[in-house]
Parts: sequence; structure tokens; C-alpha cells
Amino acid sequence: MTIDNRIELVPEPDELVFKDHIRTPMYDDAALFDAEMDRIFKKTWVWVAHESEIPDKGSFKLSQVGRDPVIVVRDRKGRIHVMINRCRHRAATVCEVKQGKTASFQCPYHGWGYGLDGSLRALPYPEQYGDDFDKAQHGLLKLRTESYAGMVFATFNEEVEPLVEFLGPVTKWIDLFMKQGAGYPVKAIGEHQFSVPMNWKIQLENTTDAYHFPVVHKSFLQSLDDETEEVFSFLEQGKGYVEDLGNGHSVMVMIPELVDLEDNLDAPIPERFQTLAQELRDEGHDDQQVRRIVRAVGGAGFNLNLFPNVSLSLAFFRVLTPVNVGCTDVRHIAIGMDGGPDAANRARLRLHEHFQGPMGFGSPDDAEVWERIQRGVQGGAELPILINRGLEDEQPGEAGPRGHISAETGMRAAYDMWKRMMQS
Amino acid sequence: MTDTRNDSLLWSAQAFIWAEADMLDRRDYEAWLALWRDDGFYTLPIGDTQDFDNALNLCHDDAHMRRERIKRFQQGFSISSAPPARTIRTLSRFVIEATEGDDVRVRCAEHLIEDKFGRQRIWAADLTYTLTVTPDGFKIRHKVARLLNSDGMLNSFSYLF
Repeated sequence: MTIDNRIELVPEPDELVFKDHIRTPMYDDAALFDAEMDRIFKKTWVWVAHESEIPDKGSFKLSQVGRDPVIVVRDRKGRIHVMINRCRHRAATVCEVKQGKTASFQCPYHGWGYGLDGSLRALPYPEQYGDDFDKAQHGLLKLRTESYAGMVFATFNEEVEPLVEFLGPVTKWIDLFMKQGAGYPVKAIGEHQFSVPMNWKIQLENTTDAYHFPVVHKSFLQSLDDETEEVFSFLEQGKGYVEDLGNGHSVMVMIPELVDLEDNLDAPIPERFQTLAQELRDEGHDDQQVRRIVRAVGGAGFNLNLFPNVSLSLAFFRVLTPVNVGCTDVRHIAIGMDGGPDAANRARLRLHEHFQGPMGFGSPDDAEVWERIQRGVQGGAELPILINRGLEDEQPGEAGPRGHISAETGMRAAYDMWKRMMQS
Repeated sequence: MTDTRNDSLLWSAQAFIWAEADMLDRRDYEAWLALWRDDGFYTLPIGDTQDFDNALNLCHDDAHMRRERIKRFQQGFSISSAPPARTIRTLSRFVIEATEGDDVRVRCAEHLIEDKFGRQRIWAADLTYTLTVTPDGFKIRHKVARLLNSDGMLNSFSYLF
């Protein structure tokens, strides 16, 4: 007998997502959320870490794949493993340190010990389990793990396509994004974490929403010098675009001149980076290297939004973790140049603090409007939530439909994938 | 305690910090900005870092960034600050850590409750002040507000600690 544990949904996914709108239960139906955790987060590649967060043999960090807490760890051979943080004996967590270095993981309850690859190495008084007890069958539950350009993804799904295939045309954009290392490896240099009373898809949409920027982030724009404010006035300039990259992914190009950070190195150094440029010259970097580093410090000119949980946004990684239908944890990971000039990394840190996180000049206003959506859908359940902006003049792009910088093309891409996964 | 000089320093530092706390709850930010030295820093670190310049903080404001932050609160374009959460805070457990020249280092505990959307949240922080004695009273050289869960999952703040 097989037990069909598939959650019956009322309404079904195709009654919730349309080309030009989605329906209210998308944000507030608890049964739908449970189904999403099952049909999306247990079925596709989910971002868990950047390799620089686990730099050495034995380095580990805790992460999540949907609702499942996992340990991401580098073994003695340098291979990365992702495994469920749960002892195979009586289910206690085997690690409660967020990040660190270890030789093994030991359950605090009865002392079962696991290697860095998750294998069960030893347990006290094993004789009571009998001769046929097979340690090889009692390792930590491991997920399939693959990386691209330092981005580590894991999945419960043994059948899913290889990561690079899932990413497809995204890889080209990841390569461009990583140029903000200015020749140094990109390194995670700290993170802001905040929880928002919103459905996870509200965050997923936002990274591909340029329309909100001049409205929600007016106070951030006002805190910039005129030259930088001009750079961030990408909506008025209208030079950018949003393109569907397939599999729910999309790219939003805001500042086309900053798509390839190794181009236009002869462009004048912006006023706000003059002090940094001088510091770098004083440290002995040649003119070309100064220009390259300074340009990289400002970050890339686009947001790369990956389905379902990570984006590479201008100068940081944005990671979402769904908690429940009305709560999502958000992490903004600052990135810098591993081994690069301290002055450049300090500049990156200050820029990150300026916009991001619980006390940034940007994120709190984002969090407020996201919560307002979650509050708003408590009324008028019969009303549609529009995702039709820019449908009118959408053109074929390199990889998929391409729309105006403020088009909701990226949301439509994500919801296409959502529907595909929820129906399969 | 019999050292009346230290008692009096503790009392005047407390009085200064309580007055600052009152300004922050009343959002009297112009008065708050005037409490600072021009080279002062207002820092909310993450975790136990001491090297604030080379670490990611929640905020690490020099005079310029403090003014910009207050402007953001006051101009009405920031939806999270218009209106902001209201706050009530209490400060206690004051300790004079050190005195050096004209500087005195004081630490204390802060409990803050915020209210917005009919929801209250509670926060605890260790505050450490470096105050400079001037003819016009204390000026803040450095204030470090280290939240108890600074490296954990926070929410967004539309006020100061």
C-alpha cells in the first residue's frame, strides 16, 4: 500500500497564477505554504552558502534548505557536504554553533559521533545493537551538493538536473557579478539578518522590482551625493531592462555601464571614491589597478534573482528562508575582496551598512512595505495582485522575454516556475 | 562606597545618559545630535567584534552619517519612520569602567520596548559610552550599543538605541 501524502489544494496552482496577476492565497494560505515547501524547496536547488564562509578543512556553518536545518561543511579533502542537523539515533541536533571549525560532530545526548562527511564513526556501547547493525546506514542524512563560482547549492532531489543546467544563462551573469572581486576572490565579510512578517514570495519578487525604488528608497537617494543619486536614478533614465533567464531566474539591469566591471576602466573616478582611490595609490597600486578596485567597490549594475531563495544584488547576496506562510527570514551578506586592500573592503562594509540591514537607509523601508502587503491581503481576498506591468512592450531578449527596467517580467518568470513546480 | 569623587562621576554620567535616553524616546533628535563630539562614532556592532572599522556593523555612524540618519527620520519620505515605532527604554546597572585624561568610559544595560502595528517587541543591549568632559558638560566620543542578539535574526529599527 502506498500512502498519498500530497496535500490537496483548494484552489489548485493554476487557479492562483495567471500571466498578468496572482491570487490572494499566494501570500496567506497556510496549506499552500506547506505544499510549496514540499514541491519547491524539497525538489530544486536551494542556495546554502558561499564557499568563503567555510574556507578551511573542517570549516562549517549552519544553514537551511526550506524548513530543514542543515550543516554545510568542508571535509579533510576539501569536499563540501550538506547534511541534515539531526542525529540518526533520537533526532537531537548535532551542532548548535552557527559557524566554526571542527574535526567531527557529536550528538550531545548519547554521544554518537559523525565525521565531516556525515558518516557515523562511533557510538558508545554498540554491542546492544547486535551484529547486523550497519554504521554505513546511519550517517547524517546528506543532500546532493553542487557549486558554481563559489555559490553552494543543495537539493533533496536526486533526480533534478545538474546545477549548471538549472542555472543555464544565469552562469554568465554570476561570472559578471563576481568581477567585483577586482581580481581577488569574492569573500563573505559579514551579514545582516532580519525577519519580516511576510510571505517568502514577496521578498522573491522585490529583488526584481525596480518600480518601487524611487518611491520606497527616496530617503536613501536623498542621503547620497548628487553624482551617486544620478547613478541610482535608473528608473528615470530608463536605460536598463529586466530579462527572464528561464527556470524562474531573471536579471534586472539597472546601470548598464556597470554590467561588466572590467569595461570602461578609463571612465572618471566618481567623487565619492576619490579618497579611496588616493588611499590605494598611496599603498602602491598602479593607476589601472586603482581604477579596477574602485570600480569593483561600487558593485555591479544589476540584480540577479535566482529561484527560489538567493539573489546576487548589486554588491551583496540576498538570501531568503521561508519560516511560515506569513514570516520570512532575510539575510544580506556583505562581500569583499579576499586578500584585497583593507581600505577597499572597509569602503564595501560602509556602503553595505548604508543601505542594508535592520538599521540601513534602505532595508527598513523595504521591510515596512513588505509587511504592508501581508497586512493588505487580509482584506479583499477576491481582488487580484497585479503582475502585468510592462507586458505591453515586452520583447524577446537573449534568453527569454525582456521588458522595461520597471517591468514585472522577473516576477512573471518566477511565477511561471512556481506554477510548473507546484503542478508537477 | 566611600569614594565620593567616583560616586559623583557615576552620578553625573548616569544623569547624562538618562537625559540622552529621554531624548531618544521623545525623538528629540536635534538635541541628541548636539551631545556629540564632531569626531564621535555611534556604533551598533554585530557579535563580539571590537574592530568596528573593519567589521560589518548594523550601523557605524560618523557625524555626517548621524545627521543623514536623523534627516531620514525627520523628512517624512521613509515609510518605516513615518510614523516610526514608539519606544520606552530603561537604563540601569551603570558601571564606570575607566577614566583616562578627560575621557570616562561608562557601561550600562538598556531594555527597550517598541510598539508599532499594535505589536510590541522587546530588545536588550549593553551600552558602552566614551564621554569626554568639556566645559559644556559631557560630549560623546563613542557610543556602542551591542544588542544581546546582534548576530541573530533581528527586525528593522526606525529608532535609535
